Amino acid sequence: MTKRLMSDRLTARLGSGLRYGLLSLAAFLSVFPFFWMLIGATNITADINTGKVTPGAALLDNIRSFVAQVDVPVVLWNSAKIAILGTAVTIIVSSIAGYGFEMFRSRLRDRIYSVILLTLMVPFASIMIPLFMMMASAGLIDTHIAIVLPTLASVFIIFYFRQASKAFPAELRDAAKIDGLKEWQIFLFIYVPVMRSTYAAAFVIVFMTSWNNYLWPLIVLQSNETKTITLVVSSLASAYYPDYGAVMVGTILATLPTLFVFFAMQRQFVQGMLGSVK
Amino acid sequence: MAIFTARNRHGGLKRYYDVNGWLFIGPALVLIAIFLLYPIVQSLTLSVYSGRGMMMKFTGFGNLVRIYNDPIFWKALTNTITFFIIQVPIMIVLALIIANALNNPKLRFSGLFRTAIFLPCVSSLVAYSILFKSMFSVDGIVNRTLIGLGVMDQPINWLTDPFWAKVLVITAITWRWTGYNMIFYLAALQNIDRSIDEAARIDGVPSWGRFFYLTVPMLKPVILFTTITSTIGTLQLFDEVYSLTEGKGGPSNATLTLSLYIYNLTFRFMPNFGYAATISYVIVVLVALLSFLQFYAVRERR
Repeated sequence: MTKRLMSDRLTARLGSGLRYGLLSLAAFLSVFPFFWMLIGATNITADINTGKVTPGAALLDNIRSFVAQVDVPVVLWNSAKIAILGTAVTIIVSSIAGYGFEMFRSRLRDRIYSVILLTLMVPFASIMIPLFMMMASAGLIDTHIAIVLPTLASVFIIFYFRQASKAFPAELRDAAKIDGLKEWQIFLFIYVPVMRSTYAAAFVIVFMTSWNNYLWPLIVLQSNETKTITLVVSSLASAYYPDYGAVMVGTILATLPTLFVFFAMQRQFVQGMLGSVK
Repeated sequence: MAIFTARNRHGGLKRYYDVNGWLFIGPALVLIAIFLLYPIVQSLTLSVYSGRGMMMKFTGFGNLVRIYNDPIFWKALTNTITFFIIQVPIMIVLALIIANALNNPKLRFSGLFRTAIFLPCVSSLVAYSILFKSMFSVDGIVNRTLIGLGVMDQPINWLTDPFWAKVLVITAITWRWTGYNMIFYLAALQNIDRSIDEAARIDGVPSWGRFFYLTVPMLKPVILFTTITSTIGTLQLFDEVYSLTEGKGGPSNATLTLSLYIYNLTFRFMPNFGYAATISYVIVVLVALLSFLQFYAVRERR
């Protein structure tokens, strides 16, 4: 008996050591490229190419070089405009629809919902050509409207809000109805405040997708005045001999806003995700 | 209350309910119809046409015949399926193991570990591809570290060797998405009653046994969900391979994926919308088929 207990304790200790080892390794590997990005921005390209992991003195030169090649304010403004406006409208339209699908169920609407869900399987590559032709005939190529329009009704976000709406207490709705509130008032003044953390999680997801969107802007945005930071950094990096120092400054600029949004909303984000998996 | 009874008398409650239902989902439905459903149908129509740019002729099954005889298509298909078959299982298993390790109540710094491992999902696909490209250059940090550790004595040409380029792409995607899937498992694990696991532990079931026979079966629905979303993601792979290989599909097309080939056909070479649309439907069929298989595999074992 004591022997078994001792071996149990030994395996427990071994297991716990293994667990910390595994998690530390995973955490290190996950964070290292970010560290590499920060260090890289302070080093000259030759040092980056040979794997120098200590900070250098080239940060100002790299910033200067990046600013000389890229119109930073314009590019950042383009990205911000697309991401913020796109995210706001996407969340409004899609959350209203998700709520509507759950609260006003009918056989026809349920059927429409399942057809819409099926489109989640359709990859973007297969609708990009007709979309491009549509935007071309509407004269919207090289505009930001063309980037935002196809993303406004997000099937994934509709699905996400419908799932979350199942947890919205029916008594609240009934009470509001008895008080004489109209349906849109119930949505706006009761549902939205109650579902704050769901909205926060949706905001994080949509903002990141929008800010990081690449393939569609790559096709649609053709002049330098309309391009986003992601596009510009990518084209800098694909030069034959990339100026990695400047590129690192660019990747920091491209990553900071999403990092900021994530850390600002991390708690609500995890809560919102928990709610959707239940 | 008077309003409700009045409505009821005229049988209008159902109408009131319907009007509101359509009003709420209406805007989204219109947008989806124009920007999603219409292009899906249009794409199917395009696939029976062929020609350069806007000058297209009806070819019927011509594009399918061309696909059959197109070695680059088969290369892209094989690459895409290789990425899928190798990458998705590795990532799902890793995410499960990490989530399980993080879910231990006695674990210290669990918030710190969780945030660190989730961090890659915050980076943009393009930004991390660039970072990986510079870390994996011939004289780069990864080769130096591996040589320094004595794992090998020659640097690997990650970006120019067809085999290692594939390994690099798989490594990069796994880095980016493991934490994302891990969060789903962690959320699901925290909803599971801990007393079941405790009871099994007291009965002397070792931890690996509890993992395989308790945790994994209880997570089945979430595993199915993440497997299907990962399948869709991997079959659509574009940003990473485009950025890692300057849009060329790597050494001798070793990392050319279907999405990248569609892009090249449409916007790089002489545009042939019809042929590209046909290939895009290959992805749709693949996704549908694989999702169905995954559903089936999970159903049967129940």
